[in-house]
Amino acid sequence: MAQVSIRKVVKAYEGGVQAVKGIDLEIADHEFVVLVGPSGCGKSTTLRMIAGLEEITGGEIAIGGTVVNDIPPRDRDIAMVFQNYALYPHMSVYENMAFGLTLRKFPKEEIKRRVENAARILDITPLLDRKPKALSGGQRQRVAMGRAIVRDPKVFLFDEPLSNLDAKLRVQMRTEIKKVHQTVKTTTVYVTHDQVEAMTLADRVVVMNHGIIEQVGPPQELYHHPKTRFVAGFIGSPAMNFIPARVENGSGALRVTLPNGITVPVPESRTARYQTAAGREVLFGIRPEHLTEVKNLDRDNIAVFELTPEVIEPMGMETLVHLWLQGAEVCCRIDPTTPAEPGRPMQFAADLNHMHLIDPESGKVL
Amino acid sequence: MSTTGATRDLPDIYHKAGSLSSERRWALWTAYISLIFAAIIFLAPPVYMFVTSLKTSAEVANLQGNPWLVRNPTLENYTAILSNPTFLVFFWNSAKITVMVVLITMVISTLAAFALARMRFWGSQALATGVFLTYLIPETLLFIPLYQIVGGLGLLNSSWGLVVVYPTLTVPFCTWIMIGYFASIPKELDEAALIDGASWSQMLLKIFIPVAMPGIIAATIFAFTVSWAAFVYPTAFVTTPDEMPLTIGVVSQLVRADTFAWGQIMAGALLAALPPVIVYAFLMDYYIAGLTAGATKG
Repeated sequence: MAQVSIRKVVKAYEGGVQAVKGIDLEIADHEFVVLVGPSGCGKSTTLRMIAGLEEITGGEIAIGGTVVNDIPPRDRDIAMVFQNYALYPHMSVYENMAFGLTLRKFPKEEIKRRVENAARILDITPLLDRKPKALSGGQRQRVAMGRAIVRDPKVFLFDEPLSNLDAKLRVQMRTEIKKVHQTVKTTTVYVTHDQVEAMTLADRVVVMNHGIIEQVGPPQELYHHPKTRFVAGFIGSPAMNFIPARVENGSGALRVTLPNGITVPVPESRTARYQTAAGREVLFGIRPEHLTEVKNLDRDNIAVFELTPEVIEPMGMETLVHLWLQGAEVCCRIDPTTPAEPGRPMQFAADLNHMHLIDPESGKVL
Repeated sequence: MSTTGATRDLPDIYHKAGSLSSERRWALWTAYISLIFAAIIFLAPPVYMFVTSLKTSAEVANLQGNPWLVRNPTLENYTAILSNPTFLVFFWNSAKITVMVVLITMVISTLAAFALARMRFWGSQALATGVFLTYLIPETLLFIPLYQIVGGLGLLNSSWGLVVVYPTLTVPFCTWIMIGYFASIPKELDEAALIDGASWSQMLLKIFIPVAMPGIIAATIFAFTVSWAAFVYPTAFVTTPDEMPLTIGVVSQLVRADTFAWGQIMAGALLAALPPVIVYAFLMDYYIAGLTAGATKG
């Protein structure tokens, strides 16, 4: 039993600034949950409240069914991996990993067994006698994870553990973390500002913004069915396009009018859903991969229109085309073999099966 | 010839680089001259002390000739000092007082600095500033009220009185150095220790003290130097030779009315300066590292 329950948790600082504004979240046993959001959204504060490093102003946090509001960090049975590793510089890798167990007076043989086991999982056995300063960034992060694993805690907490690593190592360590979780299956709460990390690691992603939870769900659900404009824009890279538009009712079918006189029909399956928006200004949301060169015309709900590319970015496996529509930047993903030139109009196909309409005032996806 | 031509054709930037290097040469020369000048000024007294300590009383009194040279070198001043049991008592008193003061200082300032740097409590910032401000009050202002206090404790004319009083000089500065050093230790280290199960005292003993060792050594050297070299307080509080430390012992015992045993005074002073010199020679790197951390992060 190591589920984590966050109930109406508030964190307010002196002067009344609320970093976390009454959030609710249930994290199941063995689950890998990623808190993601921009700087200052309250994700790290939430993690630190779970760890007991920040006091909770209101609400309660329970770990394994026990409310831990007033329990100090050492008695919460959690382990945390920090962004800057926080390894004890004067101790060897072995001593770093054994420190928590030594303080808890584990027998020496048991400590040795656990440290060696964790070192094997993380492939750091040859490093056990080294001091942290003799390790590379990736090795240090492994040791920090090892320190967490040996404790066999109820919950792992990761606070942006990959932010200090270079891009290549970050991808490698991401896989390592996922592998470790699949091996040890400990409930994990992971904080990051990188949505790619969130998508690749999480069983469920929690998107936070301004101290509230915008949406919780599996990565694919967040990607395909965002509930707010913030989530739609935050998840996915390049971000979803938001184009000012107007929904119009015409001869029994809805259509969306975009700038430059472009009109696209609303798919029949969505007509009922968008009916209330008829006659209103909205934001037309579509991901770059659903705005491509003309292809798949045999499918339903593909709209073709002409646009003029302004910037072309060849990425190798794809080419990104940027253009501006009534002040809104629009990004399209086209096949790298498709000829595209800045300033030369070309045909684009929008897959309307993946379109979103957003209420510009409430920010809610309709 | 062709080389000269090539140099003339070089773009401006290379000429600028040349002038930079000449500027650097000037800077080096200025630095060397200043350093040599400073070294002469600071080394002149100990060299003169050493020269005088090798002279007989007659040679010291003789005003003929160059006083920087020794005509008949002798070690009689050193043998006289080292065979004088009173001098050994002074030495023992200085050693005893210094060890006690360093111990007391380091315990108090380490604990105080840890609390002020790490345990967030109401007024901790003001208290940290206050601790440093007390260091700025000169000892010559403090010795009169301290005389009353030491007298009240019945410790006048006792080396233990000095053990009580010296920490008023050493604790504020050492605490300040250590606050700076502790503050430079990443906060995540104590958070990791807290999560690993450490209590505050375990965190201090197992994490902070080992990590902050350069700062602790710097503070220890400072406390050692202040305590070993103190002059005003022992002059004010101790009058019995049995309780005197070296600094005033040498002066009080080797100056009789207007008769100065210069050779022995210089030999005694040099011997007294030896322990700090040895300590600095071995721990200089730690001292600089510790002070730098205090200066930049404090």
